[in-house]
Amino acid sequence: MSESQLHDCRHAFSDMLVELGEEDERIVVVNNDSVGSSNTGPFRKRFPNRLVNVGIAEQNLVGVGAGLANAGKIPFVCSASCFLTGRALEQIKADVAYSNANVKLVGISSGMAYGALGPTHHSIEDFAWTRAIANLTVVAPADPEETRQAVRVAAHTRGPIFLRLSRMGVPVLYDASYNFEIGKASRLRDGADVTIIANGVLVTRALAAAELLATHGVQARVLNMATVRPLDRDAIVAAARETGAIVTVEEHTVFGGLGGAVAEVIVQTVPVPMRLLGVPGVFAPTGGAEWLLEHFRLTPEGIRDAALELQQSRAHV
Amino acid sequence: MTLTAGAGQDVVAELRRRATEIRRRDLQMVVDAGNGHIGGDLSATDILATLYFGVLRVNPERPDDPERDRFILSKGHCAGALYTTLALRGFIPVDELHTFMAPLSRLNGHPDRNKVPGVETNTGPLGHGLPVGVGAAIGGQIDGATWRTFVLTGDGELQEGSNWEAAMTAGHRGLDHLTVIVDRNRFQQGDATESTVRLDPLAERWRAFGFAVTEVDGHDHAALLDVLSAAPLEPGKPTCVIAHTVKGKGVSFMENRAEWHHKVPSRDQLASALKELGDE
Repeated sequence: MSESQLHDCRHAFSDMLVELGEEDERIVVVNNDSVGSSNTGPFRKRFPNRLVNVGIAEQNLVGVGAGLANAGKIPFVCSASCFLTGRALEQIKADVAYSNANVKLVGISSGMAYGALGPTHHSIEDFAWTRAIANLTVVAPADPEETRQAVRVAAHTRGPIFLRLSRMGVPVLYDASYNFEIGKASRLRDGADVTIIANGVLVTRALAAAELLATHGVQARVLNMATVRPLDRDAIVAAARETGAIVTVEEHTVFGGLGGAVAEVIVQTVPVPMRLLGVPGVFAPTGGAEWLLEHFRLTPEGIRDAALELQQSRAHV
Repeated sequence: MTLTAGAGQDVVAELRRRATEIRRRDLQMVVDAGNGHIGGDLSATDILATLYFGVLRVNPERPDDPERDRFILSKGHCAGALYTTLALRGFIPVDELHTFMAPLSRLNGHPDRNKVPGVETNTGPLGHGLPVGVGAAIGGQIDGATWRTFVLTGDGELQEGSNWEAAMTAGHRGLDHLTVIVDRNRFQQGDATESTVRLDPLAERWRAFGFAVTEVDGHDHAALLDVLSAAPLEPGKPTCVIAHTVKGKGVSFMENRAEWHHKVPSRDQLASALKELGDE
């Protein structure tokens, strides 16, 4: 896929933020010296008085967001996901989720998007941390259109939300006819043999894996599970009933993330064999973002092989 | 009821009467619950009484009024003093106080804004109130609003770095509708603050972060009323009021004793405490 076909979803985020800012003066942005990395420069240029930069201070970042919500604003608190979730987790829990403050947390450059900057800058624990917190919606959009819609829905839905965005280039999956809903999986491909559940930057790879599987005579259903909490239990149970096996794929540790969330549903409803693909509980070695996805076999081929291995193990039961 | 600044002796007498009532009901409540943080409650009581009965523009009938003053109790473990004050000010029924920390009571050991009207944000972990107060003040600043934000912190709590992140932002943005009140009782849970990790020179530290600072006797209602009504001390600067207080104030056997941070009085101790406080 050529670079020109790939899109950095931060641009869709940034454009929608300005659009929302025009529509509603309560929309404000809070940054931690992250105007550039979160692509909120256009918002600052258009609404200089409504961008609050608290400096390099993440606890304060999230607390200030909660306070702005208290004052009637709709704050988008934007920061590198690793620092937002790791450094300010207690503020996310107490000031935002438990207080039910109308704060929109936006974790930028999540997963391993920072590549060779290393594990300090990777955010492969953020699903586990955030989805463990009550009253916090967790969403990871897969492409520019889904990003646009998720940002709009976040602004218009009262209550706390964590949007997990990336900077890695992704191809277009959806057009304007798509209708993003919190808590609803999107079925991108149907099949009866296995279901691949992914989100974020890996949805495209899940679809490519399904094409590879078809050449092996295996028809895979592909679900984009953009919302990790609240989870689309109906789609998961249907996938288990109708396809009998599930492979989850996430740019996250396999502990406590999307795969864990799906498994929690599966073991209590329709137990079927699963494979959980992601980062296998290690700090990543040095390497660029794409290289790391290859390294951890979060590739069409890696997903295909896991699905085939799963099919074989079922055949031997 | 809202009293105006610069009011006379009758106002101060009313604040004193309210403070005594808060202390008496809070002690009773903590004994009933078998739980609470009475030492810090008593050091903050006169500040709370002055705010709610003399300073804050709040209305129990409209706790979400966008133009209300905001009060944030950063030392959330002193919820007992806050609930008692809110009850006497009409936000919750006084006869609900006996449910404090009982199963399914909305009066949790730390305040929950979604259950208790008048609570602005859920506190409990320390160092959370000031960043939220700074955010609220920035929101008001963006709108050019007239309402003010008051944050009451403990002194030991100032060991949390998040306070100083927020203080930097407040100073940088010149949030003159923000007032931080430090309940300077010089004790934290385990020991004196200065034996644990030194806070002094506290006033100089706040000044260095861009605050206009004043120090008052945190049990002198007239002094508290004057300074809190007059805030900001300087236009263009956030205000810090260091209120020198006594942990356990008003009950002789509790005063300045670290163990009363969260010790619960016996029935006999309650009786002697109430006797000391009198009926005022």
